Amino acid sequence: MENHPSTHTLSGQIELRTGVKSARCYQCGKCSAGCPLAHEMEFTPSATMRMLQLEDEAADKELLRSPGIWLCLSCEMCISRCPMSIDIPKVMDYLRQKSLEVGVQPAGKTKNIVSFHQSFLDMIRRTGRSYEIGLVVDYKMRSLNLFQDVSLAPQMLKRGKLPLLPETIKGMKEISRIFTKSAKK
Amino acid sequence: MNQELMKRTIGYYPGCSLEGSSREYKESVSALADAFDITLEQVPDWNCCGASAAHNLNKKLALALPARVLAKASAAGMTELLVPCAACYNKLSVVQHELQNDAALLAEVEEVMGQKLGSPLRILNIIQFVQEEIVPRLGNRVVQPFDKVACYYGCLLVRPNDILKFDRVEDPQLMDEVMQALGAETIDWPFKTECCGAGLSVSRTDVVANLSGKIVKEASERGAKAIIVACPMCHSNLDMRRAEINKRYGMKYNIPVIYLSQAIGIALGLQEQQTGLHRHFVKVDHTEFCKMQQRQPVTEQ
Amino acid sequence: MARIGVFICHCGENISATVDCPKVAETAYKIPGVVFSTDYKYMCSDPGQTKIKEAIKEHNLTGVVVSACSPRMHEPTFRKACAEAGLNPFLCEMANIREHCSWVHEKSEETTEKASDLVRTQVEKVKRNHALESIKVPVNKTAVVIGGGVAGIQASLDIANAGHKVVLVERDPSIGGHMAQLSETFPTLDCSQCILTPRMVEVAQHPNITMMTYSEVESLDGFIGNFKVKVRKKAKSVDEKLCTGCGLCTTKCPTKKIPNEFEQGMAMRPAIYVPFPQAVPNKPVIDRVNCKFFTSGKCKVCQKLCPTGAINYEQEDELVELEAGAVVLATGFDVLKTTYFPEYGYGKYKDVINGLQFERMASASGPTHGEIRRPSDGTIPEKVVFLACAGSRDPAKGISYCSKICCMYTAKHTMLYKHKVHSGTPYVFYMDIRAAGKSYDEFTRRAIEEDGAKYIRGRVSTIYEKDGKLIVKGADTLLGGKPVEIEADMVVLATAGVANHGAESLAQKLHVSYDNHHFFAEAHPKLKPVETNTAGIFLAGACQAPKDIPESVSAASGAAAKVIGLFSKSELTREPVVAKVNRTPAPPFSSCMGCFMCKEICPYQAIDKEEIKDRAGNVVKVVAHINPGLCQGCGTCVAFCRSKSIDMEGYTNEQVFAEVEALLNNS
Repeated sequence: MENHPSTHTLSGQIELRTGVKSARCYQCGKCSAGCPLAHEMEFTPSATMRMLQLEDEAADKELLRSPGIWLCLSCEMCISRCPMSIDIPKVMDYLRQKSLEVGVQPAGKTKNIVSFHQSFLDMIRRTGRSYEIGLVVDYKMRSLNLFQDVSLAPQMLKRGKLPLLPETIKGMKEISRIFTKSAKK
Repeated sequence: MNQELMKRTIGYYPGCSLEGSSREYKESVSALADAFDITLEQVPDWNCCGASAAHNLNKKLALALPARVLAKASAAGMTELLVPCAACYNKLSVVQHELQNDAALLAEVEEVMGQKLGSPLRILNIIQFVQEEIVPRLGNRVVQPFDKVACYYGCLLVRPNDILKFDRVEDPQLMDEVMQALGAETIDWPFKTECCGAGLSVSRTDVVANLSGKIVKEASERGAKAIIVACPMCHSNLDMRRAEINKRYGMKYNIPVIYLSQAIGIALGLQEQQTGLHRHFVKVDHTEFCKMQQRQPVTEQ
Repeated sequence: MARIGVFICHCGENISATVDCPKVAETAYKIPGVVFSTDYKYMCSDPGQTKIKEAIKEHNLTGVVVSACSPRMHEPTFRKACAEAGLNPFLCEMANIREHCSWVHEKSEETTEKASDLVRTQVEKVKRNHALESIKVPVNKTAVVIGGGVAGIQASLDIANAGHKVVLVERDPSIGGHMAQLSETFPTLDCSQCILTPRMVEVAQHPNITMMTYSEVESLDGFIGNFKVKVRKKAKSVDEKLCTGCGLCTTKCPTKKIPNEFEQGMAMRPAIYVPFPQAVPNKPVIDRVNCKFFTSGKCKVCQKLCPTGAINYEQEDELVELEAGAVVLATGFDVLKTTYFPEYGYGKYKDVINGLQFERMASASGPTHGEIRRPSDGTIPEKVVFLACAGSRDPAKGISYCSKICCMYTAKHTMLYKHKVHSGTPYVFYMDIRAAGKSYDEFTRRAIEEDGAKYIRGRVSTIYEKDGKLIVKGADTLLGGKPVEIEADMVVLATAGVANHGAESLAQKLHVSYDNHHFFAEAHPKLKPVETNTAGIFLAGACQAPKDIPESVSAASGAAAKVIGLFSKSELTREPVVAKVNRTPAPPFSSCMGCFMCKEICPYQAIDKEEIKDRAGNVVKVVAHINPGLCQGCGTCVAFCRSKSIDMEGYTNEQVFAEVEALLNNS
């Protein structure tokens, strides 16, 4: 009998959007055992799958709020060893995107991580390529981490690793188009 | 076997890191290309592939940014693309695979881009490039064979293995084989593909200090004299963040971190400036990790 | 003149709820040749069958059509009833108006019409049916048992004790199988060899059993009751009649460093060897692949030393042809080696071993005389980590099934370890504890509650070596997937049970089905667990699926019972639905042209050449002949024959065409 995934639950949405079926996880924990940052997460990879399996609104809310989803490095160690080949990295990507979509406000250290990603993308939108100085300035303004790497910058400059000016590509129209169309639902 | 030095051109996607904080990687790759008569043809008007930021925040962006790179390369008539940055290599390869196998998704992304993806390319990482183009042409040009090194692959070169189909997921060997061709003794160690901390260098430097520190510690304790890498992020975390690593572990690890392309440059006797070694944070002194006998050419094994 | 009786069954409501049975009976009565037609609620019941028998007698029926369920259900029932009433059973046919009609359509006029159509086709067929006699085939009351592990041993003893001859074929130099390698068995902690070796000796000494060790089955021909099995007796290079088993040769052999198969590579053996001290037969064989004399022509030390001159380098393989009535497959299983696991080191860490290697270590006759010691440096491990489900329940590695025995033997291993190393700590990383047998759960609880085994629920991501210790990275899912890292002295992987090597080629030689994991296929997963789809070949033990000793022994006795049942008859009856090449008067003798294309395509090798001779004895023609004992009635040759010289008894071309035309002519 075909079990049609419900879009009310995160698990159902994930199945529809990524094809990953949370029911296939039999909670063996091999993913958590090999995850380099599992010890820091509130919900380890296997616990994350378990929270999805509950198909419970409260659990889903908690999951979207947890800092662990932003700690995940997408190193893919989990899926490479998972006996059921469950694509946890894809699940994590979905949870991250969804949490921002529903308006979860990242706090504390998590905010820094999200800010960095946002600053990175901002640079690409502006020039088509990454521009490190602009990225760090943007990040500091978002995170208010004003003294971050203050001593590092001159050392990088000295070694010629920090270009002072950004390089803007010619096809900026195409880049704008990509960003605009990607922002739509 | 002395192969005739044939003129060779290959498509090339340096990526943002090589233009900025990993400038020495670009310099060493160029130096190698020069030394072996290979022309690196850059993808015209290439953009950032989105690296880790895009897939964390926006799925469409994560597909469209790399897709534009592939589209531009394909439109320029390229059939092969050398991508030295492991993250770019991973993203371009995975996105190409996903779009080639899902017509609906391809249509969506082409609409976002406003251009066609074009025919698929063969995407090579630095190890594959070196294996195919450099090692067969080494001949007896190795003047400074290596001593004991640790080959660090990082997480993005071998995973996801069913798409990348490069080497093996556990205990990969291809970088080791290249280093062995340079006379090195490569250590057997368990952290070849453990993550260094990836893109959290700025936002969670403590995580990088922890994870990269583990790698530096393990390689040092097992007697390696240098860590060979193939990814700018790994290099940055292991080299630029060494002060944070040493602080966290209360140690003074001074094992240098060298790109594979630089390693070949060193073995060939190229000047430090040519391969960008002077830009590293951790001092690179080749006498520490090369077999310092009389400088005799090594016959190719 | 045809006098056909038609019987329409209601099958309770299964048919009558959708089909108008009285109407079908009425319609059938109008068919030319039908002299009797009725309908009834349960045709297969006693009164129903009685109706048929009475009608046969009263109306002198020459044929019967029962329209009811599928013939796969009740054809034997109704044919038997007809036979009891004096009508040849093959003049009875069934029209399936249940599975083919009432069960697949809604109630309507068309459904009833379809039922009538189906009845009519069978009536037309039965009018053209011939009376047939069952084919009788003799039964050879010898059984060949392939595999000398505990299942093969049990089956052999059961069959032999029932008074029949058994030939036990074993490819290793000794019988005993894996059970002989175990130290103690669950749930009683009985010494494995102590309970097995008496049985092994019984087999060797039993007057009805012929043991052929170091032998393999080459081919199997024939059919149930009449198999021809070719066995290759590999040359042992030792004359068993002269050899006294003194063992002097094994001590003096200069080639000593061959990984010992019985010890699972944990020790070495010489080129001339007895697999283990309690081997049956306790006579050595020469491993010609590694023997110095056979590889380089030098040595001959064993021959020089042998006090009875039993060494014979010229001995050759012997091909023996056995005739048997039944075959029992008991070829057992194997377990994955540690090389199968990339994340656990590809087998390169000496102190990471599998369950079977641990058994040898724990065994008193093993390489360490029963002491638990690290293979790398011989020290006693203080922390041993056991990994359950290593490779099993792992679709990513290609094995999605559960290997059944590992939960139990892992618990046992923790207990054996703890009994020998009182200060040691055993850890078990598990997913579930499968302990469903008698006293099994109590056994696993004992390991945890009394012997201090520390069970952690979670799988291990990776194992690596650091400073002589093994770092085991697992997780505790009962604590939310919290990472758990243990610095172990030794790791034991409870690796998956897999089909024994050579299973696929043996199954193909015997024409026995097997699954994608090369385990042999039982005829029905629930109701026929010890039979295969090949009549006369039975299954016993782990060659069918991983199982423990009590189950293997039960299956072996079950297979033996089937064999004994088979042998209780002096002859077997086969259905006469077989193909036949026609015979006509001289001069053609047969329309068969002798092209023998049928011989090539017959899947059962049932067709051979027959010489037709004149009165003087000269061969006039060579035509095809179908062996009624081998033919399975598949019909391939009938369809294939270019001269239409072959027809099928019970389903002749005439009969089948009559069915088709009956359908067409009435539409």
